[in-house]
Amino acid sequence: MKDAFGLPQSLLVLGGTSEIALATARRLIARRTRTVWLAGRPSPALDRAAGHLRGLGAQVHTVPFDALDPASHEETLGKVFAEGDIDMVLLAFGTLGDQATDERDPQAAVRVAQTNYTGAVSAGLVCAAALQNQGHGSLVVLSSVAAERARRANFIYGSSKAGLDTFTQGLGDALYGTGVHVMVVRPGFVRTRTTARLPEAPLATTPEAVATAIELGLRRRSETVWVPGALRAVMTVLRHLPRGVFRRLPV
Amino acid sequence: MLAETVSVQGWGRTAPTAARLIRPRTYEEAATAVRSCGPRGGIARGLGRAYGDAAQNAGGAVLDMTGLNRIHAIDASGGTVLCDAGVSLHRLMEVLLPLGWFVPVTPGTRQVTVGGAIGADIHGRNHPVAGAFSRHVLSFELLTADGTVRTVAPGTPLFDATTGGMGLTGIVLTATLRLQPVETALMRVATERAADLDDLMARLTATDHHYRYSVAWIDLLARGAATGRAVLTRGDHAPLDALPGRARRAPLALRTSRLPAAPAFLPEGLIGRTTVGLFNELWYRRASRTRSIRLQHLTAFFHPLDGVPHWNRVYGRGGFVRYQFVVGEGREETLRRIVRRLSDRRCPSFLAVLKRFGPADPGWLSFPAPGWTLAVDIPASLPGLGPFLDELDEEVAAAGGRVCLAKDARLRPDLLAAMYPRLDDFRALRAELDPRGVFMSDLARRLDL
Repeated sequence: MKDAFGLPQSLLVLGGTSEIALATARRLIARRTRTVWLAGRPSPALDRAAGHLRGLGAQVHTVPFDALDPASHEETLGKVFAEGDIDMVLLAFGTLGDQATDERDPQAAVRVAQTNYTGAVSAGLVCAAALQNQGHGSLVVLSSVAAERARRANFIYGSSKAGLDTFTQGLGDALYGTGVHVMVVRPGFVRTRTTARLPEAPLATTPEAVATAIELGLRRRSETVWVPGALRAVMTVLRHLPRGVFRRLPV
Repeated sequence: MLAETVSVQGWGRTAPTAARLIRPRTYEEAATAVRSCGPRGGIARGLGRAYGDAAQNAGGAVLDMTGLNRIHAIDASGGTVLCDAGVSLHRLMEVLLPLGWFVPVTPGTRQVTVGGAIGADIHGRNHPVAGAFSRHVLSFELLTADGTVRTVAPGTPLFDATTGGMGLTGIVLTATLRLQPVETALMRVATERAADLDDLMARLTATDHHYRYSVAWIDLLARGAATGRAVLTRGDHAPLDALPGRARRAPLALRTSRLPAAPAFLPEGLIGRTTVGLFNELWYRRASRTRSIRLQHLTAFFHPLDGVPHWNRVYGRGGFVRYQFVVGEGREETLRRIVRRLSDRRCPSFLAVLKRFGPADPGWLSFPAPGWTLAVDIPASLPGLGPFLDELDEEVAAAGGRVCLAKDARLRPDLLAAMYPRLDDFRALRAELDPRGVFMSDLARRLDL
């Protein structure tokens, strides 16, 4: 059960090697979390992540999970929920893709869309139903600031996150009053392994800062969290810029 | 019997969860509900005054017992009453006061049910002399997991597991209580100031035994030499001859005053350091510098907050946490340290109350133990409050103390066994009496009770 401050005792991470997810797990283990399920494609990295969290004192299980295989989600995730209540699901899987390659290779672009959107829709619905059955829990979904407005530089990734973001907002409304809390997290540029090759954007942040914002959002039962918080105001302005102006911006 | 899925939360409004709310109107309906409450179990709920998640059951059933609210028999000469568990203490006082009887233990509100009072084994300002609520329970009927009703008497394991057992052994259907005789509905109240915590503790130690009821309100925002400055309010039931002529005409009427309810949506920052600092200053200065004695109606003495319905809303959407612990005699240093830490942290608390506890009652999870108890309300949105209270827990546990489960919404589960040494007995009895885990609450899930 979550406590008065929204801190979960059990955590299911979808995308168990995500740096943001692991920073969040570390933070929550330091608070109340005792059981962590890391779902992801079996890999040495997943085992390493599990081992690291175990070192922090949590009971950690790994679950084979593939976002690109939605047909398997119900069974895989069903097994996790059958083991006991999950207080928080962190939907953290996703792929950045490579805009230039993806534009040339539609199949690659489709994989980005299928991972970030289709896979998340399937996993999100499975988790939502399970959380609704247990009558409590938080579903925290990592969206992106890129979901807010299409940019020339990353619109394939951005459009997949836009779909995920809209889906999550709707799901939150559908689950209102069922005891389940749904939270969209929209980080800006986060410094991780996957973004290391990219030029850094303004208001860049770190996985630890995202984890802190998630903890605060849990306590406040927020529906939307921006990281850093200033992005909320910045994006409100950017969202309303005319296309012609936005196109010329160096963002 | 209607069952609808609703969001259920405690008085502190911190962790709402969804459950099927069932309101039985007869004992048979209650038994049917228990037999058919499904894999996630059920829990009884009274008037929802538990601060945390004790009367919530996510995904399962919550049995609203306030529909079973009949007073069956009153022995007006012997001073006992037999009533349903859903009867509120308010209703009991309404009926019993005119007959010259009073509820022997009352908490800071009349809006709790008899069932809840047994489940939480509540205490009042007269704990040193009267003990907890269970001391005045002659017997009760308990609906257990198999759907049968057992009569439970003091001195049995089931009695000791149920008093303070947070509703996890079964559902109390009726109870027989021993009452306390009173001549009037008025209290003779002595009020005095204490300049700091040491002064307060000295006064409580030296003169508390002169009064039946005793409580001290502490200004936690006072700092420096004034840390722990307080207002002591102590009193006893006023005898008839202490009343002025006019009041003697209806000496036993229960008088309640009601202000408008707190609005449903209040901003979160209302209870901040400025507002609370101002309130605390006024409240402290309002009390007379030297000891003063006056007559006060018992509702004003015992239940001042009942005058404002939904007062818990003043904390806004974020809700609040009530932190209450007890440490034994001789552990005054721990108490001093915790008060100092709360003051240093500038916790905006307008309700911080220090009382003394007398001998404990046998309930396995009953909270009161001989010593000092401090209860503090703190807005849940105060930054860093969670880890801070965890540190206080450590101090309390190290001093052999415990926190109160009826208020709890955040205790770290691994500290529970140190605080409640009979926890294993409780778990064993539950495993035997309720192997399928029919009785279940969010509190039980969170703390693995």
